Amino acid sequence: MALFDPTILQSGQYHDWLLQGLTLSVQLTVISFAFALPFGALVAVMRTSTSKPLRAAGATLVESIRNVPLLAHLLFWYFAFPELLPESMREILYENNPEVICAVIALTLYSGVHMAEDIRSGIRAVPATQLEAARSLGLGRVAAVRLVLLPQALRASVPPLLSQTVNLWKDTSVATVIGAAEMMYQAARVETASFRSLEAFTFATLAYLTVSLLISGAAHLYQRRYPVRTAG
Amino acid sequence: MLELIDTYWLYFLVGQYPEGPLGGLALTILLSGAALVLAMPLGLMLGIARVSTHRAIGLPVGALVQLVRAVPLLLVLFWVYFFLPAVTGIKTSQTATMLIVLVVFDSVYLAEIVAAGIRALPKGQLESARSLGLGYGQALRHVVLPQTLRHGLPSIVNQLVSTIKATSLGYIIGLSEVSFVASQINTLVFTQAVEVYLILALTYFVLCFGLSRLAFLLERRLQRRPVAAT
Repeated sequence: MALFDPTILQSGQYHDWLLQGLTLSVQLTVISFAFALPFGALVAVMRTSTSKPLRAAGATLVESIRNVPLLAHLLFWYFAFPELLPESMREILYENNPEVICAVIALTLYSGVHMAEDIRSGIRAVPATQLEAARSLGLGRVAAVRLVLLPQALRASVPPLLSQTVNLWKDTSVATVIGAAEMMYQAARVETASFRSLEAFTFATLAYLTVSLLISGAAHLYQRRYPVRTAG
Repeated sequence: MLELIDTYWLYFLVGQYPEGPLGGLALTILLSGAALVLAMPLGLMLGIARVSTHRAIGLPVGALVQLVRAVPLLLVLFWVYFFLPAVTGIKTSQTATMLIVLVVFDSVYLAEIVAAGIRALPKGQLESARSLGLGYGQALRHVVLPQTLRHGLPSIVNQLVSTIKATSLGYIIGLSEVSFVASQINTLVFTQAVEVYLILALTYFVLCFGLSRLAFLLERRLQRRPVAAT
């Protein structure tokens, strides 16, 4: 048995497992991102709103979610949450890949509140006069937020949001704890089945590294291409 | 719920101790604290190396930081868990494995805090210290680092919060920290998953929220008393 046998990574059953894992990790990232971004934007708008109850609700959401580790979120959503569902909905959940659904819920919430904080600091970076000027030009409150505030806030938030996406990508690995068959799960499966841990973990390391560095590279490029313009 | 707490509170707090190894919430807290303290000297060294003007020192450290930040902690945990015993020939306990991984991650993140702090300090601080006749090392030790660390204190407390959250990953290698113990309790009780995991979440919340508030207060206090010299 060679110390490092690259052929198992090129074809065969283990190669298929690892590739399936990589695919699911990417899917988890993309789907959770698609839910987390609007959720985060909503929470950020809540936290900067003029209504006190809304601000308090936003702050409670953020603090209660981000001060609990992702692993505890996953355990809750997978083991406890189905108990709270009525019988019929629980059956639907169990028939439709509950590991993946619960992982997406947990990742969306966890990553969403972190994104909310990034967007919020983006919003705070836009001078208050921008919104006042938009309002005095006759735009309604919603229109002013949508057309004037958010475009500027998002521009400032894109680099931190991208680094949050790197975190989301890395966090998908934790979903292995509830048995979602993502990359870490498959790497451990290969190690159990074949003791080919060196190859399996090398594959996982390279895959995590590549995607992370690609996203941080994109953040870097964005920052160079679209530097934050401070409206005076 | 009260009955649940009444039966299992001790197990939740300390695991099987004193009959078995220490576990539960006590292990979570001890492990995170120990990791952060042990990572401090390494983090300081890496942080100073990161801002070094010698590219031969700064670049490799920068690469290491990028590398560690680009992979999940869980992956490094698996590497250490499966390979360290094979390389050293000694069976490493789950606690030691987790501690090693946490120290590696913490020292890299602390290095970033230290480096950011040094960069944020006005250049004149180092220059005037040097012109007063202090060597580079002396200037760092007596002038730059005390200010950097004072300003970095809130970030260091936040890093402790991240570390506490990261210890939960020990669950996956069977480390009997608080998440693992909660799962054990859930298996024993079987019918009260919602209560068990809500208590777990609440425990983390109290701990981490308390610490982040502390970091926030520290930050406010530091802002009120800025460094006069620029």
